[in-house]
Amino acid sequence: MMAQRVHGWQPARRAFLGRLGQGLGTLALASLLRPAALQAAPAEGVLKSLPLPQRAKRVIWLTMAGGPSQLELFDPKPKLTEMDGRPMPESLTQGQQLAQLQGQKLVCLGPQFPFEPRGANQTAISSLLPHIGSVMDDICLVRSMTTEAINHDPAHMFMNTGAQIAGRPSMGAWVTYGLGSEADDLPAFVVLMSHGKGRSPQPIAARQWSSGFLPSRHQGVQLRSQGDPVLYLSSPPGVSGRQQEADVRAVVELNRQQQEQAWDAEITTRIAQYELAFQMQTSVPQLVDLRKEEPRTLARYGCQPGDGSFAGNCLLARRLAEHGVRFIQLYHRDWDHHSLLREELPLRAREIDQACAALIKDLQQRGLFDDTLIVWAGEFGRTPMSQTNKGPVGRDHHNRAMSIWLAGAGIRRGCVYGATDELGYAAVEDTCTVHDLHATMLHQLGIDHESFSVKFQGLDARLTGVERAHVITGILA
Amino acid sequence: MARSLLQHPHWQSCARTGAILCGFFGALGVTPPSLAQDTAPLPAQVEFNRDVRPILSDNCFYCHGPDANHREADLRLDIRDEALDSGAIVPEEPAESELIARIQEEDPDLRMPPPQSHKTLTDRQKALLQRWIEQGAAYQRHWAYEPPVKAEIDPGQNAVDVLVRGRLAEIGLTPSPEADRRTLIRRLYWDLIGLPPTPEEVAAFEADPSPDAYEDLVERLLQNPHFGERLALSWLDVVRFADTIGYHSDNPRNVWPYRDWVIHSFNANKPFDRFTIEQIAGDLVPDANQETRVGSAFNRLLLTTEEGGAQPKDYEARMVADRVRAIGTAWLGQTTGCAQCHDHKFDPFTMRDFYSLGAFFADIEEPIIGQREVGMAVMTPEQEQQLAQLDAARAEAARAFEAIVPQLEIAQQQWEADVVAYDVTLPELRPDSQAAEPAKQAARQVLEILKGSSRTPQQQQAVRDYFRGTATRLFVAEREAVAKAERERKEFYDSLPKCLVSVSTPTKRTVRILPRGNWMDESGEVLQPALPHYLPQPAVDGRELTRLDLAHWLVSRDNPLTARTVMNRLWQQYFGTGISKVLSDLGAQGEPPTNPALLDWLACEFMDSGWDLKHMVRTMVTSATYRQVSTATPELLAADPYNREYARQSAVRLDAELVRDTALAVSGLLEPAIGGPSVKPYQPDGYWENLNFPTRDYVPDKGESQYRRGLYVWWQRSFLHPSLLAFDAPCREECAAERARSNIPQQALVLLNDPTYVEAARVLAARVLRECTGTPEERLVRFWQLVLQRNPREQELRTMLELLDLHLSVYRGDPQAADKVLQVGLTAAPTDKDVVELAAWTHVARVLLNLHETITRS
Repeated sequence: MMAQRVHGWQPARRAFLGRLGQGLGTLALASLLRPAALQAAPAEGVLKSLPLPQRAKRVIWLTMAGGPSQLELFDPKPKLTEMDGRPMPESLTQGQQLAQLQGQKLVCLGPQFPFEPRGANQTAISSLLPHIGSVMDDICLVRSMTTEAINHDPAHMFMNTGAQIAGRPSMGAWVTYGLGSEADDLPAFVVLMSHGKGRSPQPIAARQWSSGFLPSRHQGVQLRSQGDPVLYLSSPPGVSGRQQEADVRAVVELNRQQQEQAWDAEITTRIAQYELAFQMQTSVPQLVDLRKEEPRTLARYGCQPGDGSFAGNCLLARRLAEHGVRFIQLYHRDWDHHSLLREELPLRAREIDQACAALIKDLQQRGLFDDTLIVWAGEFGRTPMSQTNKGPVGRDHHNRAMSIWLAGAGIRRGCVYGATDELGYAAVEDTCTVHDLHATMLHQLGIDHESFSVKFQGLDARLTGVERAHVITGILA
Repeated sequence: MARSLLQHPHWQSCARTGAILCGFFGALGVTPPSLAQDTAPLPAQVEFNRDVRPILSDNCFYCHGPDANHREADLRLDIRDEALDSGAIVPEEPAESELIARIQEEDPDLRMPPPQSHKTLTDRQKALLQRWIEQGAAYQRHWAYEPPVKAEIDPGQNAVDVLVRGRLAEIGLTPSPEADRRTLIRRLYWDLIGLPPTPEEVAAFEADPSPDAYEDLVERLLQNPHFGERLALSWLDVVRFADTIGYHSDNPRNVWPYRDWVIHSFNANKPFDRFTIEQIAGDLVPDANQETRVGSAFNRLLLTTEEGGAQPKDYEARMVADRVRAIGTAWLGQTTGCAQCHDHKFDPFTMRDFYSLGAFFADIEEPIIGQREVGMAVMTPEQEQQLAQLDAARAEAARAFEAIVPQLEIAQQQWEADVVAYDVTLPELRPDSQAAEPAKQAARQVLEILKGSSRTPQQQQAVRDYFRGTATRLFVAEREAVAKAERERKEFYDSLPKCLVSVSTPTKRTVRILPRGNWMDESGEVLQPALPHYLPQPAVDGRELTRLDLAHWLVSRDNPLTARTVMNRLWQQYFGTGISKVLSDLGAQGEPPTNPALLDWLACEFMDSGWDLKHMVRTMVTSATYRQVSTATPELLAADPYNREYARQSAVRLDAELVRDTALAVSGLLEPAIGGPSVKPYQPDGYWENLNFPTRDYVPDKGESQYRRGLYVWWQRSFLHPSLLAFDAPCREECAAERARSNIPQQALVLLNDPTYVEAARVLAARVLRECTGTPEERLVRFWQLVLQRNPREQELRTMLELLDLHLSVYRGDPQAADKVLQVGLTAAPTDKDVVELAAWTHVARVLLNLHETITRS
């Protein structure tokens, strides 16, 4: 985009900056240059009014990267236990996409951990998830999710962008593009990473939170648990806060003087970005500092300040939600249990179980649950067949069936939606697609997924793709 | 609501170019002046391509266009005869035309476009359709598929100016005045070599009395070896050049010699047709050599995977599609991706075209899944000579050895007989042996063979190896000479740069139409290579087409797309927006050119000149149109807010790489070497922590490699260097014809805090303190000259002196802090300067490097 430069035309807005050159350092930059003074309203999106009631104001998406096994966690299959060790019926598997089991003998593997009835409806869920079990009446379990991809990278791309081709905007970018942000000193789309201890988890590429063909400001910003929470956030060594402020102030002042020579809308924006950047240098470290949280709260989530754990990130997600961040995506890595399912799955489950439940309860206590959409999902599910060619028994990638759960923001409470066949091979009842899931998320945000599009490569590109997607009304309250 | 906003020209431009008039966290309320298109008067003569096709394409073709599988009511509006036959259009009789009736229908069940399409026609669009039918409903073939027509231009005139100004006169705009010389030289330096001029170069140009001063400057820059680097930036985007494979583990691969090939091709002004042919078929040209083969690395730049469990057929399909999209974006200006699953909805590009185009690449030898091969050794003439010498030495050693072989064999027979006859215990197998287990194993095996009755050739070889390598002390020198020559050759060969290139194999992969893009569906027809059916076809006598045919066809005079696509992109580089705005799409859903005669002239001239890129660059940048100021009068801004008519220049923020280059250049840190392996500048610790298989530590380069230009930075697709990413460098996972130009706070954080820029600031400060020992004011003048090539204004001096005082007082109170800031980066701080003073001046330099003016080409 070209900068618009005008001779002798100075917008009234210029006046807001005042005469900065007089007496550097006598006023606090942040208060003098509060973005609030610049902005009529923080962070508007392109959708000025919404066609649908907005049930969700924000999204917290808990990505269980690697593909957790629904058969041990959410989708009990007694028949599979019966069939344990016996060949998988070919009628189910013939001509289907497989990953590491391609060409292998396909043998049934019964669930490795017991299920227990929980909640008012006595929904069976894994004994590995006692805390999530305790909030069963608040969540909606979907047992009939499917996806198109079967390898990690394309599957993440599909779950995040609705396409398996790189370069498409991620759902967080779409949402902030449409709705903007309610936070004036934080990114609208934040990404938080954690992983299980010990093993070597699958990689995650930054394209998973890319803005694609949408403006760059909609890309997810990773808040890191080590080093600068945002890249390049700290002032250089030997530069005090006061000095940083003086430099930013001088940049702003000299840009303003340049603006007087030849007006350029880009200079106005540049000035605002320096102010925001400087503000972030204070606001972000404060926000990610969990030391001021009450010990009780930390205990409820099961984290310590600065431990970089999934639990810590859940607590941080709540703080980000309170601060008006629109889309908060957590990744917990290392769910890829081709082997060591019995040994590793309980560890992952323990790392997330308590924190997920704590997040739900915390949001409820703070009155945020009803307008926060929480989604818990991997990038694909796992096979009912065993995988034994990589060590002690595990399960392979699977795209015909996976379980996810949603909560908050107008999602039906305590419900189970959809079902797989008796061996858990494929979703057979109320089958859902990733596009359906996206459509539903947008719907709760007040957006009609069909009309929310951007021209790209000649098409009206949508998060929900070309084929018609359906809002999963059965999971809505 | 959503629809109308998204269709608003501002948001369209936002989506494509990242037009960020607004802040990162939200709009600043700077509303773009509205393009008064919807209220503009109707043209007296409606033109199909300009006025009607965009309406039909965007609103109707989805259901009534080229895609037969999704056609509703068996109605086609993209072909005149069919539209007339159906009664949708009755020429000159809008009242009789069903099309007009349906777009004006009140009943939503009957109205077109239907509600579920989320499309609505504006009153002006309806009026245009009405008038078009009144005037006879004439169709035109889509402009981009017609051969370009070259306007007659009087000799001695710059065609660009004639055509731009002709159009301006038509629409009642006047060109802007020429920019001052400082602006011109800065613009030219950044546009042609990507570096800022020195104060001395600016002064000399300002003082040059020659009438040809400007043209001479252009000529010098066209010959400057940095010219190729600058032009390479956009080409590397459009072919998605990167150092890593892209998917999953995103591991490295060897392709950097291709980047250097691009730079050298541009510097040598290799004709663009040849440039094209070498990339697509550099291995198949009759005069194939190392250079053309390196060019053919283009075919290897796509995304690949090493993920366990990835299915070859799946990735074979992805690779076919990736390559077709690349040809579409880089040469044809056609969006092809949709035809992977269905016929294109707006352009005549079919699924058959898609897979037939993909079939051209079925002969490329490559693993589908897994690690790429090391690649072809890329040698300088000296290295070739050296390798030849090492080969000769190896052959010589082998010959010397051959001469002694008969004696060795006799000795071996004797030894074998002795071992068997006397039941010799081989040394490795003695109780006191210190030999490692593999050596013992080998000895046991040999003993067994010797005692056996017959031997396989492998066993014979094992005995021979053991005898020669271990048992005998005969001819040690000769044998060692062979091993040494072998080792030296291998070490040298391994040290040579390697590049993935195209190698054609006779066992081609089968390419078939994949119904709905589904790679598991093998019911589709098997296809041979073929060119898009709606474009002029090459004259071949029924033989199977090859990549070489594709390459020749892309740059044939009959191809209406390539020259237009390339010239449109080049124009955008020098004028800010394309003549046809969507650089990757000259098809129906792109935008018709604002000045078709101009685009056609450029395309024709490009071909007529023998695809001479430097000639075209020269033509553009020596035009008066290029030399205009980039500021706009309020009237001009209102009339043409996005500068689509070029009545002024455009001011643009520098590309990511040039932001870096500029800071390094003005500080004196820049290492200007051209080419070589990619480099690793400082990068925040842990930025690669999410990479795996294997996990990787990022080790920043030391020495000169730390200060190389941005285009040499290691391009890690899944985690591109964050300071480049902040300034909109693309990840190059897909071909990118155009970059976004955002204005976000991460850019401020990079320029303020990235060690690269802090180091540049302190080195710049040391430079000025060294070069200028005068008053602070005099030093500031030098700073301004080095960074901005102008003198500071009085007010600027005051601001900066105040800032200087503040930092001096802070560091006087805390000299250790001053020491710390001077330790940022690898360059040693000068020892002969006052630490407090140098640190305070470092802040002055830092502020200058952060200015909008410093990173804006205007």
